[in-house]
Amino acid sequence: MKRLLRGARVVDPANGIDGQLDVLIDGERIGQVGRDLPVALADGGEVLDLSPSFVVCPGFIDMHVHLREPGQEHKETVATGVLSAVTGGFTAVACMPNTRPVNDNAGVTQLILQKAREANLARVYPIGAVSRGQKGEELADIAELCEAGCVAVTDDGLPIATAMLARRALEYTSMFGIPVIEHCEDQSLKGDGVAHEGPVAAALGLRGIPGAAEAITAGRDILLAEMTGGRLHIAHMSAWTTLEAVRQGKSRGVAVTAEVCPHHFTLTDELLAAPVPYDTNAKMNPPLRQARDRDAMLSGIVDGSVDVIATDHAPHHYDEKNVEFDRAPFGIVGLETAICIALDRLVRPGLIRLSRLVELMSVNPARILGVPGGSLAAGMPADITVLAPDLSVTIDRARLRSKSKNTPYHGWTFTGGVAGTVVGGRLVFASGTAGWPGRR
Amino acid sequence: MSTAAATALSQKNLLGIADLSPEEIVLILDTADAMKEVGRRAIKKVPTLRGRTVVNLFFEPSTRTRTSFEIAEKRLSADTLNVAIGTSSVVKGETLVDTALNIEAMAPSMIVLRHASSGACHLLSRICKAAIINAGDGMHEHPTQALLDAFTIRERKGSLSGLKVAIFGDLLHSRVLRSNLLLLRKLGAEPWVCGPATLIPPGLVDMGVRVTTKVDEAVEGADVVMMLRIQLERMQGGYFPSLREYFRTFGMTEERVQRAKPDVIIMHPGPINRGVEIASEVADGPYSVILDQVANGVAVRMAVLYLLAGGVDDETVA
Repeated sequence: MKRLLRGARVVDPANGIDGQLDVLIDGERIGQVGRDLPVALADGGEVLDLSPSFVVCPGFIDMHVHLREPGQEHKETVATGVLSAVTGGFTAVACMPNTRPVNDNAGVTQLILQKAREANLARVYPIGAVSRGQKGEELADIAELCEAGCVAVTDDGLPIATAMLARRALEYTSMFGIPVIEHCEDQSLKGDGVAHEGPVAAALGLRGIPGAAEAITAGRDILLAEMTGGRLHIAHMSAWTTLEAVRQGKSRGVAVTAEVCPHHFTLTDELLAAPVPYDTNAKMNPPLRQARDRDAMLSGIVDGSVDVIATDHAPHHYDEKNVEFDRAPFGIVGLETAICIALDRLVRPGLIRLSRLVELMSVNPARILGVPGGSLAAGMPADITVLAPDLSVTIDRARLRSKSKNTPYHGWTFTGGVAGTVVGGRLVFASGTAGWPGRR
Repeated sequence: MSTAAATALSQKNLLGIADLSPEEIVLILDTADAMKEVGRRAIKKVPTLRGRTVVNLFFEPSTRTRTSFEIAEKRLSADTLNVAIGTSSVVKGETLVDTALNIEAMAPSMIVLRHASSGACHLLSRICKAAIINAGDGMHEHPTQALLDAFTIRERKGSLSGLKVAIFGDLLHSRVLRSNLLLLRKLGAEPWVCGPATLIPPGLVDMGVRVTTKVDEAVEGADVVMMLRIQLERMQGGYFPSLREYFRTFGMTEERVQRAKPDVIIMHPGPINRGVEIASEVADGPYSVILDQVANGVAVRMAVLYLLAGGVDDETVA
């Protein structure tokens, strides 16, 4: 079946396209992108007439989510996670291995992929563990993980425990062409910290996690990537000093890429003090840092030192967050707020163009993970995100499709949202916003 | 203060000094003057809180603070109940929120909370109708301690304005320090803090305080010397090498006190570690007001309970 998205603004930087064009979907794949494509839909296809106020992009890929299955299905399942993903405009997600049991073997990988097939919404790319059980002692069976479908390895939730293990991981993964994704955090410096170490934590009496805890591990691994030639991807970068290390690494030609989460380029640790003191939905790891860090993340997004915006979607049950601040788990949900935040805070004020946003959220994640997507070239999977940059969206945690509601953005209003999500040629989500066509 | 005197507290709870205006602090101290008079009577009891239930919910061991609150409550004729960890259902795995909701269901007027987590009182204040009084939350605040310290200073010095108040010890973990810094700044004192560099949190200087690691510099010309307790586990945590070295470098000795003003007062929230942060001669010396602080604690807590109960028209204590 053919489907024509007609008359929207198409932004496809991988193919140098930004203009009012038509996109023809042929079955599960992109047929053609061009001007005034003929409507020859004899076989019962359909036309979606869109205006240039809608933006058609290659599908957005969130390369950092926690789907919690197997083992913590009270927080999220693969099924609810991919529903949340397509609702938030993501056509694919890469899921972290810190499940229970850990995704350190083909059996867990296959289970996740089976659940994803059953849910049949967003594509799911499992990420395997670097070390067996994420214990930081010995490498997991990474060849087996790759064969089973893992697209990267990480011990996320924890850093790779030692420099030696990180070295081995970077060397070993180079055989498979997959990146090592690092959760940068020196454990001894982090200690039992729960908030960014600075004036806010000092005033609130919260144990601090200094920015250096992140930058030290990033620096270590950038040196190791340089030494080994391995591919390193820095997850959820938050500290300005880490960004400096990444910039230096890139300037020396090291194969290092880095992602930033929406909360780290919008929020600071001031959110811990007000409006809700000790709000556990402002507790995440890495923590919300100071304005200098937040502004550095924005500058990295603008100047290209940041490669990817990823959410670190970390669902936690209400009961788990409704406790004393230092006992609450780290993390917030992010799949259904990321695009709104990025459009409102990056594109609308003119910090970046839409084509750069598409690079950050589609082209680059696809390239780093080596997965299809990031392009609307003929023959590519028809994974498409349709943005509505002028749509006003007020975040209501009760309406999130994720199983968990732990967002600090409840009640916030953003200009910019998702109009529709197409995966493999199927319209899997339509927000029903004004101006969205009735089908014909 | 030159501004209009406060006649009531604007907030339902006492979560921290951060929430109090200077006028409200003065109101509490003035009220405590009247309460101290009650403590000098033959029958140390007024009917102010008759029929009201106050729950002392203590998740950390405490002798001084809990006893002080309990005496204050009893002198105001409140019905008091002590819930301490170990005898509560927390050991059965109940959450703080559920424990609070169960106590709340029995309709107490106030809950006095001591808890190891910073912000625990804020959490309770969001779910409880009862007034919450912070009796120490983690590393955050201990507002009644700061109030009784201010009361004691005011009693000796007449006013806090312009006084050099030098505070020594574990500046990183101390809730007493945080409450005192906020209060001293609000009442116009000039706080100095001094401790080992490992126990000075980054950002402390942003709280409007002079920070030094040199004891002599901090104590020089001080009107008030306030010692904080050094806990043994800080040495085990590697913040300083040994108690011996700590005392050599930071311990408050007679010799060091000589640099302060002749009428200096020495304070300590207790319990004191003799020979660790303070020499016995200093703790027991003529300028020590450590036991005055304990005595004043009852009057200050009576004032807080009384004002939070909303009863400023009660002539029995006026």
